[in-house]
Amino acid sequence: MTTTPLDHDFESVTAGLVQPQLPRWAAVLIGAMALAVAGLLTMVMGWSVVGGAILAGLLFVIGMPTWSRVVEGGRAAADRLATCLVWGAFVAVLVPLIWLVWLVLKNGLGAISLSFLNESMRGVVGEGGGIYHALMGTLLVTLAATVISVPIGLFTAIYLVEYGKGSRLARVTTFLVDVMTGIPSIVAGLFALALLVLIFGPAIRIGFGGSIALALLMIPTVVRSAEEMLRLVPSDLREASYALGVPKWRTIVKVVMPTAFGGIVTGIVLAISRVIGETAPLLIVAGATDSVNMNLFNGRMMTLPVYIFSQYSSPGVPAFGTDGPPPGYARAWGAALVLIGIVMILNLAARILQKIYAPKSDRRR
Amino acid sequence: MLSSTEATGKPVVRLGDRLFSGTARLAAMLIMVALAGVAVFLVVEGLPGLSAPADIYRPADDFWSYVGPLVWGTVLAAVVALVIAIPFSVGLALFISHYAPPRIAGPIAYVIDLLAAIPSVVYGLWGGLALAHWMTPSINWLYDNLGFIPFFAGPPSVTGRTMLTAGIVLSIMVIPITTAISREVFAQTPRLHEEAAMALGATRWETIRLAVFPYAKSGVVSGVMLGLGRALGETMAVAMVLSATPVVTLNLISNSNPATIASNIAANYKEATPDRQSLLIATGLVLFIVTFVVNFIARLIVARSERNVTR
Repeated sequence: MTTTPLDHDFESVTAGLVQPQLPRWAAVLIGAMALAVAGLLTMVMGWSVVGGAILAGLLFVIGMPTWSRVVEGGRAAADRLATCLVWGAFVAVLVPLIWLVWLVLKNGLGAISLSFLNESMRGVVGEGGGIYHALMGTLLVTLAATVISVPIGLFTAIYLVEYGKGSRLARVTTFLVDVMTGIPSIVAGLFALALLVLIFGPAIRIGFGGSIALALLMIPTVVRSAEEMLRLVPSDLREASYALGVPKWRTIVKVVMPTAFGGIVTGIVLAISRVIGETAPLLIVAGATDSVNMNLFNGRMMTLPVYIFSQYSSPGVPAFGTDGPPPGYARAWGAALVLIGIVMILNLAARILQKIYAPKSDRRR
Repeated sequence: MLSSTEATGKPVVRLGDRLFSGTARLAAMLIMVALAGVAVFLVVEGLPGLSAPADIYRPADDFWSYVGPLVWGTVLAAVVALVIAIPFSVGLALFISHYAPPRIAGPIAYVIDLLAAIPSVVYGLWGGLALAHWMTPSINWLYDNLGFIPFFAGPPSVTGRTMLTAGIVLSIMVIPITTAISREVFAQTPRLHEEAAMALGATRWETIRLAVFPYAKSGVVSGVMLGLGRALGETMAVAMVLSATPVVTLNLISNSNPATIASNIAANYKEATPDRQSLLIATGLVLFIVTFVVNFIARLIVARSERNVTR
């Protein structure tokens, strides 16, 4: 044991009232030692950098509590171990996430150009081509889904908060909304497809089917957030309005809704950002195509997520005589970057809206 | 009701009021109808898939032997994902709520929330193009050193497109969801409980074990169940990582991996004949039932432990 001389040093302290503690620089020392040992072993044994980093982390997680156990006792050692593990979990989760974002940025930025945004894949073999058709498809399908789901979701929330308090329909609806949040997206897609097949026959693929599926996924999010916001509106406001003789529906439209407006819009934007990246339902209902199709009700419609998937699964081959990754991969990364960009912009917009509308009541006070 | 009060002439019921409340009620009912519609349409379109001619089910020969490996794959992938995700998300949630310096805890929480918004197809792209390749040496290492465990029985895949890789990708998609909910309940622990534990001389870890965990148990369970729901229904990440064969196996690192229900639907949809299509819809119905049951159990657990806490 290398810690014996330290033990000796701390004996004088243990005699007093103060419990012995590791010095403040203990973590730095152990960290440096772990890095040194792992680095040495990595060089000698020829391991990869990643393996060395993992080893260093393990050495630290073992070394710190061991030293602490010898000096401070079992309870403090358990505490130190927990601290190490929690920090370890944080670092370990960050690694794949940073890796993912970095890859998307690195590969995506190289693929994006003006023509990438402005061209479809019609007649493209090999290099070139773009995402215009998919971008338009995504915007149209999501817009239609929003148009379907917002009125339904909003009115349901109004019913739950303003009209149906405690009624059986309200309880059932709340339960069903809970159930709906758990519907797998592909099941929503199958539902939309089954519905269309019943109406139009088996070989149907239209963009609007995708909107139905996305709306099904959006509705619970919209209901939940709108309900929460409506409940936050103080009932004093409603009562004041009733006292002035304003009918209930005008109270809701003119008093309750404007008060909750910011929160409701934020919820809707977040709901859109959640469904805009859905792939599976669009893959099976809206289909895939290489050309621009602006008609939601006729023919297959490409969307960004499906575009990424189809570029990934059939990437083509690099131009004759050249070596390298298939051209589809670069387009997939580029489209992924655009899609993530849209999602992040929506999230940022939601946050800004929240900021604009949230502090108002505080400021007035 | 409305007309009787109108007849006595006391409160005036306006047309606008009636229209508005009617619309609101209609919307609530529409949700019920929509959900019933999901079940009904899936049953109507899927029933022919239960008893089709045997060659539809190739390579199996009846519905249950077709869907069996898929259910197995779905559960296996979800379990692998949860086993990886639970410790990390609880750790990460604790980090945000109790360990991180307050100034960086907020931004970290926001970033983790943002990660939940990254589309699954992007995770699939990353899993298929980057992680799978990188996993190959680890898979070989697992086979060489832990090959006696049935999970790592091999022979190891050369492409890295294995159940283990799919599970890791799924776990990274589950972590933000589970973390978000766990962190919220950890942060809601009554301050007094924690201070009482500290005042008795508990270390930070003991405080967490004595005050935070008992309080947050049901919340963490519901977070895990939500994550499980996502892992069960997740399509693209699995479809993009795995190349599937219908086998039932515990082996996580070999070339032959069972597909999940969802990834099987996505992979086979394009070239499906109407018969095959109804078969796929029938498997979708199975998935719907499985996730419904999981969610239902989750809600029961949460409701029961909430009752215990209030008692």
